Amino acid sequence: MSNIYVIVEHFKGQVEDITFEMMGKAKELGDVTAVLIGAKDLAGELGAASKVICVDDANLSEFNPEGYCKTVDAVVAAGSPDMVMVGNTSMGMDIAAGLSVSQNMPLVAYATDVSSGSVVSQLYGGKMNVESSVSGPCVVSVLAGSFPADAGKGDGSPAVEDMAAPDLSGLSVKFRKLIEPEGGDVDITSQEILVSAGRGIQNEDNLPMVEELAGKLGGAVSCSRPIVDNKWLGKTRQVGKSGLKVKPKLYLALGISGAPEHIEGMKDAELIIACNTDPNAPIFEYAHYGCTADLFDLIPALNAKM
Amino acid sequence: MNIVVPIKQVPDLVEELEIDGSGKDLNREWLKNKVNEFDDHALEEAILFKEANGGTVTAIALDSDDIDKALFAAAAKGADKVVKVTGDFGGSVSSHTAAKALADAIQSLGFDIVMTGVQAVDDRDGQIAGLLAGHLGAANVNVVTGVDKDGDGLVIHKEYSGGVVAEFEASTPIVLGIQAAKETPRYVPVAKIRKASRGLTVDEIAASGTADAGSEVSRMFKPEGGEGAEMIGDDAEAAASKIMEILNSKGIK
Repeated sequence: MSNIYVIVEHFKGQVEDITFEMMGKAKELGDVTAVLIGAKDLAGELGAASKVICVDDANLSEFNPEGYCKTVDAVVAAGSPDMVMVGNTSMGMDIAAGLSVSQNMPLVAYATDVSSGSVVSQLYGGKMNVESSVSGPCVVSVLAGSFPADAGKGDGSPAVEDMAAPDLSGLSVKFRKLIEPEGGDVDITSQEILVSAGRGIQNEDNLPMVEELAGKLGGAVSCSRPIVDNKWLGKTRQVGKSGLKVKPKLYLALGISGAPEHIEGMKDAELIIACNTDPNAPIFEYAHYGCTADLFDLIPALNAKM
Repeated sequence: MNIVVPIKQVPDLVEELEIDGSGKDLNREWLKNKVNEFDDHALEEAILFKEANGGTVTAIALDSDDIDKALFAAAAKGADKVVKVTGDFGGSVSSHTAAKALADAIQSLGFDIVMTGVQAVDDRDGQIAGLLAGHLGAANVNVVTGVDKDGDGLVIHKEYSGGVVAEFEASTPIVLGIQAAKETPRYVPVAKIRKASRGLTVDEIAASGTADAGSEVSRMFKPEGGEGAEMIGDDAEAAASKIMEILNSKGIK
């Protein structure tokens, strides 16, 4: 039976869902060892694993990209698992690729499905899936939301094994502090109606018509990542992986192609209407209604009808 | 400080993607490429850093179609030097192959900071920054939204979900996967790129060692996400009327 290590992701004293998602899948494939760094007190939540390896050190009390990387490397080197599952997340990205090089293990990223010897990755902004065959031990970085979290929650009492941290005295990266997002003008997670702008909006000057539409609908404007990266809207408006998860009654997606990172944040909206001129945009797989009209005709037409 | 910025081209997703005859790769014949948008952000952050603190910015890329134009554009934006790693890099190059070739070249150039895009739409076998860091023996931080100088070291902002940012201090050498530059990446008109290309030498370094992904693509297929949307057409007036109807029927408007 294969021996699978799941690197536990936790933040502010909570085990993140990605961990349970990976553990559920890992349980289908083999024997699960959870690798818990810097938070031994959370071991009790990992009942779906058959073993928990805990590593604690003063340098690991907060996530540290370099410290966690070195620690995972040491744990994997000592245990020789058949597969290491890491979240394809902000924290996991600091771990997976480095581990692949240091342990000379293949890495398959953006995984949405994993079976013995084969991994499916979601690539090209969600437009293509690619199946990879891997023989021998490998690292898989898993996209959040790929597997149900419930399957990875269990009330078992796995053996807890403490392992000493590797030498972390000379770390070149040190944690300073967390900066919370500024209290936004609008909390998009509590809005019932969101009119969401994406790259298709083309430039900042086109935002006022989106705002007008949101106003007429009694909702707020949200957006996908490129809009925030270009500083057209603030971070508090961003829906998706590095933004916020929303569940409004209506999500009107304007010029959003539907990259996996975005879908993760809005797929549970009650009603999704998407407009994008590309009929193959992945957003249409998730939307209830889709239209391929030109945004700059559609938005004024909607504004006129409200 | 010497900042090296690896850039690469990726398929422009605005175009329709087709699978080739092998069933394992994109049909690249008519594919339109563009510079990975995160690499654009990495270059912007590197240039902003240089403008604030001095130093040099070197843009580096594996040799591929049209890469010279991308390097000329980097020079027009403010890169001091552009370098091309030559070797057999046609078609689809795995991240592991690219990282090894780039790492060897970067090692020979010398560096304090590597800034590259946090991810690309085609890095099936992993994001390049972490792989580079592994080869270069340097620390690595990803999803970075700001890099500043602080005394002899750096202050790095890394983004978590929900918009929370972690602040780290770091010493060099370091490899950073940039999510977003502090400013919108600058735009340079074609005329300026053409001007920058005149008299500009693209330095060439031959790739030395090799590495492969360690996994093989067995098939490529289009995803079937959900049930799919009910399409209401491409006519704006008609679609707007239909949307109003849907909203009315759901009691939203």
